[in-house]
Formats: sequence, structure tokens, C-alpha cells
Amino acid sequence: MSDAVVPHRNAQVSRAGAGWFRRALDSDIFYSFRRSKLTMVAAAITVLFFLLAIFASWLAVQNPFDPAQLQLINSRISPLWTADGQSPFLLGTDEQGRDVFSAILYGMRISLAVGIAGVIFAGALGIGLGLIAGYFGGVADSVIMRIADVQLTFPAILIALLVNGVAKSLLGNRLDEMSTLAVLVIAIGLSFWVQYARTVRGSVMVEKNKDYVAAAQLIGLPAPKIMLRHVLPNTMGPILVIATINLALAIITEATLSFLGAGMPDTMPSLGTLIRIGNNYLFAGEWWIVAFPGIALAGLILSINLLGDWLRDALNPKLR
Amino acid sequence: MSVRWSLVAATAAAFVACALPASAQTLRYANQGELKSLDPYTLKETTTIAHHAHVYEGLTARDKDLKIVPALAESWETLSPTKWRFHLRKGVKFHNGDPFTADDVLFSADRVRAKGSNFLSNVPADAKFTKVDDYTVDVTLDSPNPILISQWDGWYIMDKKWCEENNSVAPTPAAATTPSYASLHENGTGPFMIESHQPGVKTVFKAFPGHWKKPEHNLKEIIFTPIGSDATRVAALLSGEVDVIEPVPLQDIQRVNSSGNATVLTAPEIRTIFVGMDVARDELLFSNVKGKNPFKDIRVREAIYKTIDVELIKSRVMRGMSTPSVLMIAPQLYPLSKDFTRPKLDPDGAKKLLADAGYPSGFEVTMDCPNDRYVNDAAICQAVVGMLARIGVKVNLLAQPKAQYFAKVLKPGGYQTSLFMLGWTPATSDSHNVLHDVLGCRDDPKDSTRGEANLAGYCNKEVDALTDKVLVEPDTAKRDQLIKQAYELVIKDYGYIPLHQQSLAWGVSNKVKLTQRADNQVLLYWATKQGE
Repeated sequence: MSDAVVPHRNAQVSRAGAGWFRRALDSDIFYSFRRSKLTMVAAAITVLFFLLAIFASWLAVQNPFDPAQLQLINSRISPLWTADGQSPFLLGTDEQGRDVFSAILYGMRISLAVGIAGVIFAGALGIGLGLIAGYFGGVADSVIMRIADVQLTFPAILIALLVNGVAKSLLGNRLDEMSTLAVLVIAIGLSFWVQYARTVRGSVMVEKNKDYVAAAQLIGLPAPKIMLRHVLPNTMGPILVIATINLALAIITEATLSFLGAGMPDTMPSLGTLIRIGNNYLFAGEWWIVAFPGIALAGLILSINLLGDWLRDALNPKLR
Repeated sequence: MSVRWSLVAATAAAFVACALPASAQTLRYANQGELKSLDPYTLKETTTIAHHAHVYEGLTARDKDLKIVPALAESWETLSPTKWRFHLRKGVKFHNGDPFTADDVLFSADRVRAKGSNFLSNVPADAKFTKVDDYTVDVTLDSPNPILISQWDGWYIMDKKWCEENNSVAPTPAAATTPSYASLHENGTGPFMIESHQPGVKTVFKAFPGHWKKPEHNLKEIIFTPIGSDATRVAALLSGEVDVIEPVPLQDIQRVNSSGNATVLTAPEIRTIFVGMDVARDELLFSNVKGKNPFKDIRVREAIYKTIDVELIKSRVMRGMSTPSVLMIAPQLYPLSKDFTRPKLDPDGAKKLLADAGYPSGFEVTMDCPNDRYVNDAAICQAVVGMLARIGVKVNLLAQPKAQYFAKVLKPGGYQTSLFMLGWTPATSDSHNVLHDVLGCRDDPKDSTRGEANLAGYCNKEVDALTDKVLVEPDTAKRDQLIKQAYELVIKDYGYIPLHQQSLAWGVSNKVKLTQRADNQVLLYWATKQGE
């Protein structure tokens, strides 16, 4: 391809027959993406982790969430390349006979699912409140933003622990694995909405004085429509950056909650739960139970964070 | 008056504290579970009772070999088979300075048997307490009871005046959502006072200088912290941050022993760990089977019994540190234990039994399990979940800290469980306690404490009849035979599924000497610590 040889970003603007894919390849973002090797590596790792999580059921040798598939007799086997390793347990097994590799794949699926759902929930809540605050101003703005300010004074993990604790004491014994998932998503969502709300509010306050908004108001469009159809799309750039960085934070938060024992139960472990379980066997020399989930979590967070950083720089007009 | 008294006591305490030898040490102790309530009638659980033993005392106590010795009662005699007389120790003071008298015993006897108490069976319901004089109490019974005082070491005497002044006449139930005064403060006669208590965080015990007995310890202070995480607890011991931990996780015993600064004291414990199934209700509380209770069908119970592989649990989960059991009592406490063998493991037969009972594809049920009470409790439950999954019984595991767990499954919480794991140490070191408290029918109109810890609601009138004979049989050989018949009935009914006796594993710094009692009560008033 010629663009690899001539890396000038305006060179192909007028090329004929460009579909959306071609437009994407021609964009500033992709240009900056190709310029950064680190970002490409991070993207590759992130994609790899997502694929591993999505295709976990095909790649894993057992379903670690199904107690019937765990054989106690296979417990505490060390990784395959060590002296006591046994096929098919690539990364060894834990005390319940759970294959660590399979548990990581399934655990990552949970971590990513909670992370993404948490980000979507936080985004929806934050964007909605931010739009209302920015567009209407006045009392709504004051109330929403003061709540946001108050919440900003607490670390997000505290809010998540609080929400999680309240939900658990309300639901009590009726809490099964699925509702634990939902509680985690809500806890994470409620602790991360502030950033979205503040960013959207700022953008909206800039946008709403522009002519196109005045025009839309003049032809009598209702406020919700103006907000969602006309103002919102113009604020999406920063939202995307926050969402990416928040995904990493949400996954970390979930892992922290699970590590503290407030998240996913032992019978349906996420990466954080696996690290908590494995932590108990570290002194006994059974390092693989904690090491591999830890490496997986660190790799996942690092690559998503690198992507987020890059996206922030790429979308920041001042850095161009 | 009481203000002045406590002032006097405080001044006296401060005075004596200054006079303590300079070598008095601070001992730091960590347990996997927390100390929730200070009310000594809230939770009948070994760790809690042992904590309370530092600040409260009963009329009797048990020594290092679990023999009954006098405590607040100096001596006692039986005037007739149904009448006992207790001579109380004179000059004993509560921590606030109140004198200990017969009124406190009468009050405590009422309070321990009041609604909300978890210690109902410690003092028989038919025992009537009467005051002869300030230091003499008579106990009259409806029928002879040779083991009347066998559980009195766990029945702690409280100060009547203090309870009345602080609105704590009624015991605090385990399921109480708001703490009472007595659950946050103490006023016992024991060798230690509680200086500060933050439930779940830290409790500081301070030596009580006015204690009636010469101390065997050289401590001025015990700092208790719960450390739930196994790895953190071991690390704290190895780094010298704490001096005593209980339990040492099985996987770390070797490491602690080879560390050079601490040793693991191990011994077989007399506690039996078992699994129970709700056989009392017509419909299980937590199951997908509606309108009937699968556990009422003996074939289902047999299937579950024969699916749980105790040997595998021993080798894999307990790392060899357990003794698989067929009886609900430890072999050390019952000489005929060797006559019993466990029904054979048979998962394939179990599947067939389930199918015969009408559950060819199994069913779903929730299992309650503590995760900070017994050695590897949650891991054992998970292993059981895995084994039962293989015959199609899908178990949803609810593993909780013991405070929530006990509040849900014990009598004050209404036995809210369908399937559970529990451990039991007979406080009397005798089979009668097991047969009466755990294997006896609940709701016996004549005996309200029978089956108090029978969370499964197992009921066999023949067992109860034998239990009653066991209570009054004086001849040991005959008594053992009666007990044997009762246990045989329970096994035939698959009433409970005993798993094993676990091992004691206390991690003790090499600077500390202490006595390990077989009932796993960590009693630090027998501990001495070398100077730093």
C-alpha cells in the first residue's frame, strides 16, 4: 500500500471509492495508531484477551464454574513444564482441582463482562445526568453537580464497597452468582458516573450556545431530541477516552472487590477471586494458583490503559 | 453509688497496675474469625466461648485436661439425687467492683435460660435455683441428673446489678441487628478485663489485678485481632507481628515449623465435622423441589451419604490432617467407636437411589457453610458441592463468615437451612450431649432443649428413648452399649453425614509457652511470654 510508504495524512482524502473502512484507515486516528508501536502491541494483546474470553468455552479443558467437572483428585497439580505437571493442565490446578488456565479464561470473561457492563451503566447514567445539567442549567445543574462533587471526594472503591455492602445486606441470602454480577455492575457504575457527567456537562455548555442548537430550538424540536440527536454526538470524543480508561479501572475495581471477598464467590471466580484464593497457597510454594491470574490481570489492565492513553493523545487537538 | 464504686475500682486497678512486675508482657493473638458479641449467652461457639473465658467465669471450669474443677463455686455436694448444694467463693469481685453473691447466680440462671439465649441446654430447664444465704445456692431437679454441671464451665456468671442498670437483663440473640450494652461491654469476674472492643477489628484485654486466683500468665495485655486471610495470618506470625494464631492453614504448617521463630502445635481435635440435611420441613426452604422435601426420603439421604468421599477430602483438602469419622463423636470420647465402619462410598449406586426416589436428574439445593470457622471449611463445602454435582444434585454454596452463618442456621435464627456443614464438640466430653443436643428430636414438649443444635431436625423417638436411659444409667459398660444402639439407629437412618475430626493447628511464637486443650479453646491465661 502506498500509504505505508508515504505517511502523509491528507494524501488520500480524495481517493475514489472509499467506504467506511477506507475512511477509517485514512483517518487521523489510524495514522497516529500506526505511528505508535507500543499502541499496536497493546491493541493486539487487548484483542487477544477479548478473543480468549469470548472463546473460553472452546479453549478451556473444563468449565471451572461447573462443580461436576472438577475432580478433587486432580487438585494442586503444578504447571505442565514442571516435574509434577500433568496434561491437560497447562498452568496447573488449584485446591479444588480447577484448571488454572481454564479458570483464567472464564474469570477474564467475568472481569471483562463486569467491566464493560459497568462502564456502559456508568456512561449511560453520567451522560444522562451531564446532559440534563449542562442543557438546563439552574437548579438541576446545581443539584447534580454538587452530588458529583461530594462523590468525587470519596475514592471510587469505597463507593463500590458501600453499594455492594448495602445491596448484599438487602438481598441477603437470596444472592446467587448472577445477582452478584448485577450488584457488581451497579456498584461499579455508581462509583464511576461522575467523570462522564462532568465532561458531558462541560461540552454541552459549550455546544448549546452554538447556532445549530439555536436553530433546532427555533424549529421547535423538543429538548430531549436536541440533546440526544444534536448535542450529544458532538461530545462523544472525550467520552470515548474516558470510557476506555474507565474500562481498565472498572476491571481493577471488580478485581479488588473480589479480592476482598465482596465480589464474585469462589464457585464462580473472576480474576480477583482467583488471586484471593491463590494468595492463601503462596507460602506453601503453590505459586501458580496466584501467579498466572495475577499476570493475566496485569497484562489486561496494562494494555487497556495504554490504549486509553493513546486514544486520549490522539483525540486531543492541542497535542497535534 | 455505682459511679463512686467504679472510681474506687479504677483507682485500685491503676494502683495495682503500677505495681505489676516490669516483666509483664503484651501478647498478640489472631484468629481467623472475629469476636462479635461480648454477651456470653449469645453464641455457643468454641472460639467465642474461649474469648469470653478470659473475662467471665462459670461456677465450674475445666482444667488443662478438660477435667471439671471449681471456679466461682468453691465446692458442691449432692444432698439427694435431685438436690445439689453449691458453696460460692467468697471475696470475688466483678471488674466494676461489685461483689459476687448468690443473687448473681440466680440471675444468671434465669438469664441463660431466657428467650434469645443460645446456651439453653447448659442449664437444665427443670433446675430450680434457691438462695440459702449469700454464698450458698441450692439446685433442685425434677429428675436425677448426674451430669448436671458438665456444661457449667461454659455458663458464665453475670453481675445482676450491672445487667439491670444497663438494660441488659435479657440475653442478646445472635440474630439481633442492634447490639445491646452487654454485647459491647463486659463485667465479669475473670482474669482479664476488656479495655476496648471494636467488633471485627480489635479487642484489647487487660489483666484484672483484683482476680481471686494467682495468675499463671505473665501478661499485662492481650491484643486480639481477627485476620481472615490465611496468608496474612501466617505472615503476621512469621514476622513477629502476632504471637499466637489459630488456626494455621494446613498448607502452611511445614513453612511455619521450618521458619525458626514459631512452631505449630498440632493434636487431634475432639470436634466432629458433619453435613446435615433438613429433614424436618415438608418443603425445603432453599431448593427447586416444591411441595415435598427430597431429604425426607431415606434413599436420597443414603445417596448423598455414599457420594461424599471423606478419604479424598482428607488427602486433598485436609492434606492428611483429619480423621474420617463414622460417628458424630470423636473416638477419644467414646471407646466403642472402633466397632463402627463407615458405609461404603458408592456414587453409581447413589445415582440409582436418586432415580428410585424420583429424582433421576437430581435437584437443586442451597448449602450453608461457614468460611472462617473450621479448618478449610469453605474448601470442604466446595469439595462436597463437586461430589454431589456428579450425581446430579446441584448445590448452590452460600459460604459466609460465621457471624452471618450462625445467625441464619442456629435455633435463634429459626434453623433456616436446607443443607449445611457444622462442627460439634460435646461440651460434656460425653455422648449424651451429642445424642441429646444434636441427634434428639426438636420440639419435645417435655424437654425444650432437646435437639437444640439439631439443625437438620432429625428425629427418631427410639434414639430419644435410649438417650434418656443413657442419662440415668450408672454402669459404664451398659451405658456404652445403650449409646452404641442409639448411634446404630442414626447411621441406619442416614440422619447425619459425619465427615471427620479435624486437627488442632495453633501457630505459636517460640517466645510463648501455652497449653493446647483438645477442645480447641485458646486460653491465654495459661500463656507465658519471654521478654522482648
